[in-house]
Amino acid sequence: MDIIIPILILAIPLFMFIFLGLCGMKMSYKLAGTLGTLGMGTVLVLSYLTAFTYFFSGAPEFINAAGERLQYLVFDQTWLAFTEKLVIKLGFLLDPISAMMLVVITTISFMVHLYSMGYMRDHHGVYERGFQRFYAFLSLFTFSMLGLVVAPNIFQMYIFWELVGASSYLLIGFYYTKPSAVSASKKAFIVTRFADLGFLIGILTLSYYTGTFNFTELTSIPVEGMTNVFQVSGNTAEGVRSIFANSAAPVFMGGSVLTWALVLIFMGGMGKSAMMPLHIWLPDAMEGPTPVSALIHAATMVVAGVYLVARLFPLYLMEETSLVIITVVGALTALYAAMVACVQIDIKRVLAFSTISQIAFMMVSLGVARPEFHHGLGYMASMFHLFTHAMFKALLFLGAGALIHAVGSNDYTAMHGLRKHMPITHITFLIGCLAIAGIIPFAGFFSKDEILSSCNEYSWVAYLWMSLVAGMTAFYMFRLYYLIFWWKEHKVHEGHHAPHDQAWTMTLPLVLLAAISCVAGFIPFGNFVTWNGHAYDFMAHFNWSVATVSLVVALVGIGLATVMYRKENELPAKFRRALPTLWTWCYKRFYWDELYIFITHKIIFNCISRPLAWFDRHIIDGTMDAFATLTNKASEAIKPLQSGQIQMYVWYYLIGALAIGAIAVACLI
Amino acid sequence: MDYSQFLSMKQEIALLVVFVLVFFYDTFMPKSTQKGLPVFTIVLTLLATVAGFCTCCLGTADSVVSFAGMYETTPVIAAIKGILNVGVVIVLIQSIKWAGSDSMVVRRGEFYELLLTTLFGMYLMISARHFLLFVIGLECASLPLAAMVALDKYRYESHEAAVKYILTAVFSSAIFMMGLSFVYGLTGSLYFEDIYFALTGKMSTLLVVALTFVISGIGFKLSLVPFHLWTADVYQGAPTTVTSYLSVISKGAAAFAFLVILAQVFGSLYSEVWEGILYALIILTITVGNLFAIRQRNMKRFLAFSSISQAGYIMLGVIAYNTMGMAALMYYILVYIFSNLAAFGVISAIENATGKVSMDDYKGLYRTNPRLSFCMMLAMFSLAGIPPFAGFFSKFFIFTSAINNGSIAIYVLVLIALINTIISLYYYLLVVKAMFISEDECVIPHFRSACSERIGLWITVAGIILLGIVSCFYSSLLDMASVSSIGMYFIG
Repeated sequence: MDIIIPILILAIPLFMFIFLGLCGMKMSYKLAGTLGTLGMGTVLVLSYLTAFTYFFSGAPEFINAAGERLQYLVFDQTWLAFTEKLVIKLGFLLDPISAMMLVVITTISFMVHLYSMGYMRDHHGVYERGFQRFYAFLSLFTFSMLGLVVAPNIFQMYIFWELVGASSYLLIGFYYTKPSAVSASKKAFIVTRFADLGFLIGILTLSYYTGTFNFTELTSIPVEGMTNVFQVSGNTAEGVRSIFANSAAPVFMGGSVLTWALVLIFMGGMGKSAMMPLHIWLPDAMEGPTPVSALIHAATMVVAGVYLVARLFPLYLMEETSLVIITVVGALTALYAAMVACVQIDIKRVLAFSTISQIAFMMVSLGVARPEFHHGLGYMASMFHLFTHAMFKALLFLGAGALIHAVGSNDYTAMHGLRKHMPITHITFLIGCLAIAGIIPFAGFFSKDEILSSCNEYSWVAYLWMSLVAGMTAFYMFRLYYLIFWWKEHKVHEGHHAPHDQAWTMTLPLVLLAAISCVAGFIPFGNFVTWNGHAYDFMAHFNWSVATVSLVVALVGIGLATVMYRKENELPAKFRRALPTLWTWCYKRFYWDELYIFITHKIIFNCISRPLAWFDRHIIDGTMDAFATLTNKASEAIKPLQSGQIQMYVWYYLIGALAIGAIAVACLI
Repeated sequence: MDYSQFLSMKQEIALLVVFVLVFFYDTFMPKSTQKGLPVFTIVLTLLATVAGFCTCCLGTADSVVSFAGMYETTPVIAAIKGILNVGVVIVLIQSIKWAGSDSMVVRRGEFYELLLTTLFGMYLMISARHFLLFVIGLECASLPLAAMVALDKYRYESHEAAVKYILTAVFSSAIFMMGLSFVYGLTGSLYFEDIYFALTGKMSTLLVVALTFVISGIGFKLSLVPFHLWTADVYQGAPTTVTSYLSVISKGAAAFAFLVILAQVFGSLYSEVWEGILYALIILTITVGNLFAIRQRNMKRFLAFSSISQAGYIMLGVIAYNTMGMAALMYYILVYIFSNLAAFGVISAIENATGKVSMDDYKGLYRTNPRLSFCMMLAMFSLAGIPPFAGFFSKFFIFTSAINNGSIAIYVLVLIALINTIISLYYYLLVVKAMFISEDECVIPHFRSACSERIGLWITVAGIILLGIVSCFYSSLLDMASVSSIGMYFIG
């Protein structure tokens, strides 16, 4: 495979970032936007080309004679060699999931680039302030995300992981004059940084014991009779697994070190993927511009945690405990987020909680995947859902963006009855809702069904639990749909004219994504992405009873939503009166934010920060000030040395030489 | 005599050819074409650099000893000469504006000829394996510098600086020779190798005194404390271009030669004698340099003290006494060339345009000359060792090499050096603060610096950034160092 294309995939967004960041202010808004979009379009084409070559060329470096897809290192360059062992490399790894992620990221990113050309301007066509900066940041984000998914070692992944965190911070706080946006960006950064601390410790623990950062070595181990698990020819490390597999495996506080490392790494994933209890940043992150929410906080960055677990999946398989933890965290988060989403009134918040819930689906799916259940169906299902979810959730977010842009508010109470005014948005949004609710034949049906099947294989509790959440998903999405597009429309809108469909730059991405959401379910995903590279036909594992149940559950959810929200009526209010506590708790998101504020403000600030601040101000600063004064005094004291008189210079020279010699001689004797 | 021996001196010969051509151009070309002299010199030097670089890369890996063992060249030596050459090219580019000014008409040629002569001397210092050749190189590198310092001869400070320089240089040479004569008396030879073997296992008071004198002689060139006192006055008085040359090239060559002499001649006395001496000198140099730098307001004087403390850091690579230290030293010199020349480039650009060299005049410079301030900021960050700029990595490597030495005392030394970087951070950031944060009205108006100055700054800034990213250059230096003939003198 040609090395230039992968390099360009990474280099173009980076170049666009630097170029737009440095020269953006010198060019017109339109030119900056067009350049950014064109650059992204090129990356899109190149990524498709790469993924296509990887999946379909059948070249021996990508697929072996037995039909197993292989990991292929396009390049792997040493970047920093601290010691013999501690070598940090930068490279480009192609394997099924990274190729799939290339497609997902560039597709969504391109749509968002295009969409933002329309979104980031007001009704008079005036571009928003900082438009070029916005495109520069989008390019930075795309670069970091691409670097993250193609990372051949966990350290590179960590570097880009932080970079996506930073670009997410920049984009959430794009409207930096708005205090809420500033605090949201800080919150997102701090919460994910806190989680990344665990990630870093996990990485260091893992690499300390295995002596490697490379994914190929960490995961390329034959497992239970499987012949091949992702091997790069000539670069396998049989020993990595044996370190943990033997009875003398290192143990820490009752658990094996590997479990600790994997759980800590998962903690990083929990932060980025907004799993409970580290989910609190994602709803607030909706303060950013809506295209950003679609790109970062729905489709790409938030699934990084899922991707991380999938990347290290063979390692997770070695520790049952870590997978159980993932399942439990995922299941709790899924239910929690679905409950909260049922009562929110800000449409972006509803979508945010829906995202949390859907990512939790992917996590659960990874948690319940086992090689013995249909060749690790859960793994494939998780990646499949990641793919379809990215498409229809980006669609929903972009649709919401179009609505917000048209109405000028995030609040559904300001919308109502928009279906006549915005037909394209209406249809595409409906397709998105159907897809996420899991109605055949839209994309979400297939992927969600795979997840439920694999839960079914794992345990009936997980199956029932996740089916319930799936039903709730259908309910809250259609609640949102009816509230926006049905009901009686407002007489006078706050703007000067009725809302209408937006410019082509905004509607085209909607239509394209809707089309993908209609057909993506029919992709034979099992042929492309499986946990061990073995292709298989997943329709053979298609469980019709599960499919029927999930369809029925989704229809019930939709039916309930129709009854309650099709027209303005008393039912929601009655429901609310019947269960006031539950409603309030859901509406207040189970008081997680308040809990965090209590812990940080009351406990941490008072008990830890204040004493530390005092110590810092008085003891540490005092000491440092004393040192500084001392330094200054010393500097003053030796000033006469530099008298400017040459005879003194020579004199000091001679005395110095003799003194040093004398001391050396004295020491010797 | 075997005349093919001259082939081993490719870099020296290339330099001589450049010198002769420049000399002929200066002497025989008509007056109207004299303006082209700077560019002519630069192109030739650049060619010589490239040629030298090619021989360094394509030549054989082992060392070549010629002229009855007086002269040696190895890939490492070729590399350090190449590094110096790169620095010289940058200095020459930065000098175009100054050397092209009308007041320099009669002295333009002299400047280039003197500069090339000193560079030739430094080459000999580095390659010498016999003290006679070394002393010739040392003098060749010292005496013309005095003339260069005095080049602005109608400026009072310039010739005062030159007088100070020549007097101290002569004095230090005398001390150095005295040390050498002691060594000759003890061993009966001036060949490095002979002295090394003759000294192994021997110890006497006279030897220690001799060693101290030799160290002080080279310490003078490196401006190690207490042999540094000339530095500030000379740096301040000399024309800025000469100062920048003095501070990086001359210092870099001396540092490498120092390493060679200490390892190849006095290597057997490492742990007994000169480790302790150097230990004391490093602490003194870094600390005193820093303490003086804090209170300087004149930018050139400020950089003089900064360069004194930087010399202390460079010496960490010598005291480490291993191949890593040698590679780290060379990398440090390379990075230091870029960082310091960036700083001097800005200073000379401002001096040429407005004649201002005080730090107080730099207040608010960001508002009038943002690009120059930016270059200066990068230079200061690199000198202070802030990641991700090159200076961080060079400091990192040199500290690592010293730590690798393994003795507890050196851990303490590295700790002291680290504490001193905090002090240095303070004064480097003072400049940045003056430029960026100070609210005062800037006394330096906006001006457009000359093309040559801009090119010079671009090169140095690129070097500061790229050497930070591409630290793999260091590993190739390490590879070269580990196979070099000096390597066998190192312990471990």
